[in-house]
Parts: sequence; structure tokens; C-alpha cells
Amino acid sequence: MSTPTDPNSRNLSYVDALNEAVEQEMDLDPGVFVIGLNVDDHKGIQGTTQGLFDKFGPERVMDTPLSEDAVTGICIGAAMAGMRPIHVHIRMDFLLLCMNQLINMAAKAHYMYGGQTRVPMVVRSIIGKSWGQGAQHSQGLHSMFMHVPGLKVVAPTNAYDAKGCLIAAIRDNNPVIFVEHRLLYSTNAPVPKAPYTVEFGKARIVGEGDDITLVGISYMLVECLAARDLLAEAGVSAEVIDPVSLMPLDVDTIAQSAGRTGKMLVVDNAWTAAGAGAEIVAAVCERGNAPTVGRMGYAATTCPTTPSLEKDFYPNATTIAAKAFAMVQPDEKPWTPDAEPTLPHEAAFKGPF
Amino acid sequence: MSGNTPDQETLARVYRSLRLIRRTEEEIARLYPFDKIKSPVHLSIGQESVSVGVCDALQPGDMMSATYRGHAAYLAKGGDLNQMMAELYGKDGGGAGGKAGSMHLVDMKAGVLGMSAVVGTTIPIAAGFAFAMKREEKPEGQGRVTACFFGDGATEEGVFSETLNFAALHKLPILFVCENNGFAIHSPLSNRWATEALCERVRTYSIPTHEIGDANVFTIRETATSALKAIRAGDGPQFMECKTYRWREHVGPGEDYDDDYRTRDGLAPWQENDAVTTTGDMLDAPEREAIDADVEQQIAKAVEFAEQSPWPEPEELFSHVYAD
Repeated sequence: MSTPTDPNSRNLSYVDALNEAVEQEMDLDPGVFVIGLNVDDHKGIQGTTQGLFDKFGPERVMDTPLSEDAVTGICIGAAMAGMRPIHVHIRMDFLLLCMNQLINMAAKAHYMYGGQTRVPMVVRSIIGKSWGQGAQHSQGLHSMFMHVPGLKVVAPTNAYDAKGCLIAAIRDNNPVIFVEHRLLYSTNAPVPKAPYTVEFGKARIVGEGDDITLVGISYMLVECLAARDLLAEAGVSAEVIDPVSLMPLDVDTIAQSAGRTGKMLVVDNAWTAAGAGAEIVAAVCERGNAPTVGRMGYAATTCPTTPSLEKDFYPNATTIAAKAFAMVQPDEKPWTPDAEPTLPHEAAFKGPF
Repeated sequence: MSGNTPDQETLARVYRSLRLIRRTEEEIARLYPFDKIKSPVHLSIGQESVSVGVCDALQPGDMMSATYRGHAAYLAKGGDLNQMMAELYGKDGGGAGGKAGSMHLVDMKAGVLGMSAVVGTTIPIAAGFAFAMKREEKPEGQGRVTACFFGDGATEEGVFSETLNFAALHKLPILFVCENNGFAIHSPLSNRWATEALCERVRTYSIPTHEIGDANVFTIRETATSALKAIRAGDGPQFMECKTYRWREHVGPGEDYDDDYRTRDGLAPWQENDAVTTTGDMLDAPEREAIDADVEQQIAKAVEFAEQSPWPEPEELFSHVYAD
């Protein structure tokens, strides 16, 4: 898979990459429009829609009543009629208000109506973390959507993939659940100016290694990369894979890596039960030559608000490294890195939102 | 009877549509015990005048969305009868190749949006079509419109109120039509509504409403015609509540007056006022007989088409999961 090597790349934040993707597609296709609560306000969904209202006006960048169920259906109808809606939700938790339309209609319309209609829409949603996001601003619900045929699910973890995946999602003729993470917003990567797509169903090996394969979903990819550095200090060489796209899922790339290292730890930005991690583990094991596998994710609890409890709710580089070490060296005594690294963008994230 | 007397051409066209729907569904009911129709059927028998009255006022380019009790609306909008029958049989020649059945009938060419088995679900989708239509470049007063049918039960879903508000806010070209048959499966309105003032509720969204109590097909047609004119002019959505009565059981081919929830007394006034009969009676006998004969032939052909149509190939299971 290609990596960002375009000489015209600039260092762009995840936020600006998303913004640029939408602006360019709106320039190219008059059927593309942005809709959602507050997409047109001065804050512009943390900046991801900022400036679009001024450029494209209220017909194409549209605020909504708090009617997620109806607005989802309206997007589906508009998509069936040939438009390309981008429905934005400031938190993924709010997608639960859209489930009937997304699962019963968007996912099924093309099939149920024998190909007479298609639903080219994008549902953007942001997973929150830290600064008291708590029970209802922190959920990673991507596995619920992976379960349903007809939906695509992508969770890009860097600015380059954010732009390429969003353009691909807008151009896709199917409903795409686009999973963002609030803590990725301030991360930067080289991003080409010209529009480009990142193909769905291709995982990216972001760090090579021989002893264990770490698969990091959404923000957990960042934690896996930090864990890889910690493991190197302990003499363990970890390969880190970013699935990028969860449905379709690139089982080949992950299974090849896991087959080579013999160990695979999947770290999800969500609960483990019936989750994306379970799916990846099962799909890899079904290929035969099953590696030793492990899963990490949210604690099997509701997310607490207080930081003193929240810190143990999430896997982090330290706990990932410790678990990976134990999988690679089961006979050694348990090892834990000395200091827990504080990732710069995590330290930078403060409230109120 | 209420409603102005229609011209002869309209009368014949409306009767043909009513008769086609009634006889098609009676044929479905007759065939049902033979297990040829492999799909639940929710018959519209008795409710035809709402679909026919509204759809006769629509233009060919307009769209229409309906419910799982959608045979009447499908046919009234001009949906293909052969494809409908084959769809009920689960055959390859069905409009959706057997993947839809009775509850998800669709014929986009005829302006029939796909139907849904989840009550209320198609209401915002119809509004989404209207949202797209509003953005089409059309000469003034000639914009396309979406007509959105749903039952009394759907008005209890949150998405109904959400959609009314959005449609009114953005002046979408949509005609909402509530077919109020008084029952959600077997639950009467008295178990479900604090007040029966449905139109009053809708008017609070600043949507003009029309309540039609006797299901007269020409009153419905005239009301829809004037509402559609205002909608095409850009005035925003309108709402019709048409009282009607479901003659058969909720799902299946039979009657259910021996069940515990309603009696035949409730049916009697509706049968006396039956649109198929009263409209037919307005025609000369030879014209009526010619239409009747033609309708029978059309239905026989559709049944034959469904019988002859092959089953879908096994690989069709996996087609249309994702659009290319």
C-alpha cells in the first residue's frame, strides 16, 4: 500500500485534513453536502467544518434540529435521490439515535430493493476520551456497524488516511461509518494537497517487527506505537498494524504478519466482548496456523468520568507493552516499563469539550 | 356524496385503479392458501381510495413512499403489476428479484420508493427525496413532489414529529398522507392516543392540514390536487388525514371479525360506502364491464408471469450487498 510520499505534501493536522477533504469534494461534486448539529457554527465541529459554511452557504452546510433519527433518514432519502450527504455527529454515542435508519434502511436498501437504489452517504462521528468525557461521550461503537452487511466502517488514525479515507467515503456508493477520535485531531502528518483516496480494505504496517504483531484500532494505534518503543527497550520487536478499514477488513495483511511473528495482540478503542478485536482474532485464526492471541480494550465497565478511575479504563502503552511482553516471554517474570509515557496530544487535550 | 363530480375520463381512470387494486388483492387472498406467495401479505382491501385519490393527483415524475401495507399505493402510482406478483412469489422476475417480497415493494421507474416493514421508517426517507427535489432546477410551480403515506401508528413514532418539523422548517415539497384505519395491528386508537386531534397536532408545526372522514376518493383527489399545487409553488409541506378501514386481518388473506378486538358492526358503514362499488356505479355498464374485463386479464397475465418466472439463481444471495 502506498505511503504519503507526495512532494507536495504539507504537514497537516487531522482536523485540517478532514476539512480539506470535504472542501475539495464539495468543489468537485455539487451533490455533496454537510449536515448535522452545529456544522455551520463558529466552532465548526472542532474545526473540521470551519469555513465551509462561508464558502458553500446554508443549502450545502446545514445545521439541524436535534432530530438524529429523522435527519439520518433524510440523508438516506437524499442519497437515494443522487446526492452525497455527510452527516456529522460530534460524538459517536449519538449514533445510537440513528440506529433504526442506519441498520434497517441505509445498510439494507440496496439489497432489499434488488439494486434499484443505493445509499452513498457518510456518517462522521467522533469518539471522545479524557477530560471527563465519561459514560456517554467516550463509546467506540464501530463493532455494532461491522456486524451489519451493507455498511462500511473506517477508522483512520492519521491525517493522511483521514483525508484519503474521507474522500473515498464520499465517493463510495454505500453508507460509510467514518470513525474519528478526538485525541487524533491535533496529530500531524504529511498530506498531499491534491485530492486522493485511500482504498478501503487495506491495512497498513506502520512499524515492522518480528516477535509479536500489535493491531491497534483507532486511537489505540497510537498507544501501540508507543508500546512498540517501550518493548524495544526490553528487547522485544513488535510489528504494529493499523487496519484503517474495519469493514471491509484486510485479514490477509494481519494474518500474514501474525503468522510470521506467531503472536498477535489486538488493542481496540472499544470493549472487547463481541468487538472488532474478537472479529480480527477469529478471522486470523480461521486462516489456520493460529498464532497465540490476546485482546485488550476498554475495561468491561461503563466509562467513569473521574480521571483517577478513567486511567484504568483504557489500555495504554504501558499496559499494552506489559501484556505483549508476557505473550512473547511467557516463561519470564512479568515486566512493566518504568514510566508511563504521556503522549503529547493527550497532554494537550483539555476541556471544556 | 361529497366531492365534485369528476369528468368521465377521470372517473374511468380512478375506477380502473380502484378495481385493479381490489381484484389484485382478492386474487392474492385466493392464491394464498396454495402457498405460492411466500411472503407475509398485509392487504389494503377497503383502504384503496386513499392511495388512488392521492396518486391520481400526482405527476409521473413525482415520488411516492408507502408502508408494508403497500399494494394499493404501489399499483395506484403505476408500479408494474407483473413485477409485483413475481415479487410476492419470490421469483427472479420480481421488482427486487425476490429479495423484497410484499413488504418492501419498490418500482423506482414508476416513482415508487421502497417500502419498509418498520413503522414510520420511510417518513424521513420520503422527506430526503423531497429535500433533493427542492434543489432541482425547475420552472416555478413545476417542481417535483414526494407523497408520503403512513398509518396512524406511525404518527406515534418520534421520527414522525422530527420529520414534520424538518420538512416545515425547510419548506420541503412533500405531501404527508396519514391512512388512519384506527388500528395498530389490533390496538385501537383509544389505547394509544391521548386525543384524536391529529391534525391539530400537525398544525402546530405550521403545516396546513386536511381531515377527510369518509374516504371519498374524489374528495381525497381534489384535496390532494389543491395541496400539491401549493406544494409545487414552494409553500412547503401539507398534511392529509384520511380515515379509512381495514377490511381484512392485519396480516394474511382472511377476515378477523371473530377475533376478540373488533366486530363486523364497525365494517358495515365502510362497506356501504365502498369506493370500488360507488365509483363503478357512476360508470355506464358497458364501460364498467370493459374495464373489469381488462383488469381481470391484466391480473391473470401477472399471475402467469409470476408462475413462469424462474427462481433467482443461488448466487443472487450475494448480489447487491454493496453497490459498485
